Amino acid sequence: MQARRAVFVFCILHFAFCIQAAEQPGILRWGGDAEGGAPFVEADPSNPAVVRGFDVDVAEQMAKGLGRKAQFVQVAFASIDQSVARGDFDIGMSGVEDTPPRRAMLSTTIPYYEFHEVLTVRSEDVSRFTDFSQLRGRKVGTLSATIAYERLLRAQREDGIEVVSYDDDVHPYEDLREGRLDAVLLDNIIAARSVSRVPGLTILPTNFQTGHYIGVLAKENTALRDRINDILRARMRDGTLERIYRKWNIWSDDEAAFLRVAPAIVPARPGRIAGATQKQSKLPLIARYIPSLLEASVITIALSCASMVLAIFIGILIASGRVYANGLSRAILTAYVEIVRGTPVLLQLFVLYYGLSSVIRLPAFLAALLGLGLNYAAYESEIYRGALEAVPRGQLEAARTLGLSEMQVFSLVRGPQAFRLALAPMTNDFVALLKDSSLVSVITVVELTKQTQIFATNIGSWVIPGLLCAALYLIFSLPLARLAGYLETKWRSASE
Amino acid sequence: MIVNVNDLRLSRGRREILRGVSFAADRGELVALMGLSGGGKTTILRTIAALEPFDSGTVDVGGVVLRPGANARQTIRELRKQVGMVFQLHYLFDHLTALDNVTLAPTRVAHVARTDAESRAMALLDSLGVAHRRNAYPRELSGGEAQRVAIARSMAMDPPVLMLDEPTASLDPARRYELGETLVKLTKDGRTLLVTTHDDDFARDFATRVIILAEGEVVEEGDPRQVLTNPQHESTKRLLQRTGV
Repeated sequence: MQARRAVFVFCILHFAFCIQAAEQPGILRWGGDAEGGAPFVEADPSNPAVVRGFDVDVAEQMAKGLGRKAQFVQVAFASIDQSVARGDFDIGMSGVEDTPPRRAMLSTTIPYYEFHEVLTVRSEDVSRFTDFSQLRGRKVGTLSATIAYERLLRAQREDGIEVVSYDDDVHPYEDLREGRLDAVLLDNIIAARSVSRVPGLTILPTNFQTGHYIGVLAKENTALRDRINDILRARMRDGTLERIYRKWNIWSDDEAAFLRVAPAIVPARPGRIAGATQKQSKLPLIARYIPSLLEASVITIALSCASMVLAIFIGILIASGRVYANGLSRAILTAYVEIVRGTPVLLQLFVLYYGLSSVIRLPAFLAALLGLGLNYAAYESEIYRGALEAVPRGQLEAARTLGLSEMQVFSLVRGPQAFRLALAPMTNDFVALLKDSSLVSVITVVELTKQTQIFATNIGSWVIPGLLCAALYLIFSLPLARLAGYLETKWRSASE
Repeated sequence: MIVNVNDLRLSRGRREILRGVSFAADRGELVALMGLSGGGKTTILRTIAALEPFDSGTVDVGGVVLRPGANARQTIRELRKQVGMVFQLHYLFDHLTALDNVTLAPTRVAHVARTDAESRAMALLDSLGVAHRRNAYPRELSGGEAQRVAIARSMAMDPPVLMLDEPTASLDPARRYELGETLVKLTKDGRTLLVTTHDDDFARDFATRVIILAEGEVVEEGDPRQVLTNPQHESTKRLLQRTGV
């Protein structure tokens, strides 16, 4: 009996580890983000379960060369490095850029595609903006944690532009058309795709920086990396990559020149290069990011405080309405609270910023403030409603018999007493809001968490950025949590 | 007669709480309303204070007449100048000090200047023996102190009629005697006091008149020494047995 149980447990464990293990015989699991879209990886419009794109074709060539079958694993673009490092799949692709931190942290293939960072502007601005110096004081958008983002940070220091970071490469172009941005810096193939989709935009001819797409593998996975490099070199020489790139309309003379030299590129040896460069370069890199982390903390705090003030104000209105108003207003307010509490705040932020942009074009910070404020107002209103209803009826009657009007009963007796009851839960909510404020990065506001993510991507590790970020959040939230506890005990002893 | 309650009827659901209560009180009187629990004593005070609407009859206090159902806001405002009320549980405002409890209505309703309101409040607290507790919050006051602050709070608006709900309930005999003397003092300038109580000693010693209520009706009324020493009605007899005389 016991033996049988042991076998059973063994089977379960074995099964679990098999699922976990990335390298399965006969299958090449490759990770990419289908949200990035064509020409990299996109869901096939005729069959959304299937992906297509030039990265898909390159991955299939790799699998074929290895004698395996390619299997796509969906992963958020920003998480490709971490996912491959922890073994979620064998190789990460889909527009993964060749950067020093990646080389240090992972095994990287030879580059298989060369791209250029190009500026896209509204067609009527073509003659006004040809360089960063003409964009001084203006907003330029890009995908965060990319080469283009780093290039824009440089332009921010040197030419005084304002960088706006996005989590995807579609919304920057839409915001450019709508005037929220004055230019977008991104890879030429992304730009080419976007101007064909968004009318009224023009790509400037200048190449601001050259970059390469690579495949990334777990650091210890050098054997597979070497085999894939051999396959890539062969497919470059025999014209397979050219056929793929032509098929996806991303072929050019520059690319032809690149593919002629690419097979000779010696892959970076992560062990040696990383070991040599890491110790020297990481400290100054970390030091460079600390001011921007502190700056992002200011955004987090300012946004949280402003949103909380708005939430309190509207929350009080909703709560008093629900306690005092007649049937219809009460029903409307109840509906508001239920809808806001029943839908994700992320969705609400998207709707406010992008969904309403044809009606009203809110600046990002204002949209973030409104989104968080209106969302938390629903939660605050419930706290206040509970607190208002918890004030003993006798207190209100005593006030009435003294001749106070209903308005005075509310503002002089019921309100102040309810406020004391609400103070502790409100403080707790503020701590929650402080952390929820990280969600606004989806609408281009770079706050503490987003800055940490950028930081982590650039130094190729989450350890130090993560610790710094956590420490900052704790510095803000711990005193508040203590305050909430203090208020709670104080009020409890007061009401006893 | 400054208080005239005429044929007051009030039901909650199928339960008749007041079944045609009529009585009157003159200036300077201290009327004790007595009766077994559930007899409707507190409800009468609440209807006179316009905290409880009633089904039929009238309440007339100093010429302000309450009618069945909802009364006009203006009527209620006028009525509240006539009647003050001290609740059994005092209901002092938890978030205000004793002094601020007393000055709230004068400053906010009567718009008396803060300094004037405070000096008058201090005089009141002093006459009730709690001036030294002016900066204490209600939670810091003893039951007796809280009651006296609550009396001061009602007195601050100087109503011709003051109602107290069970003021003797939580007092020991010495305190009860003190309270009685205080209340008698309050009637000296012509103020009328309506007091509900279970305490027949208290009524005998301090009330000018006693009204016995049973099952929502007035069953007996008159001089306390007479009514309480020689009860005529069955309910009054039961009441006196219950209170252990």
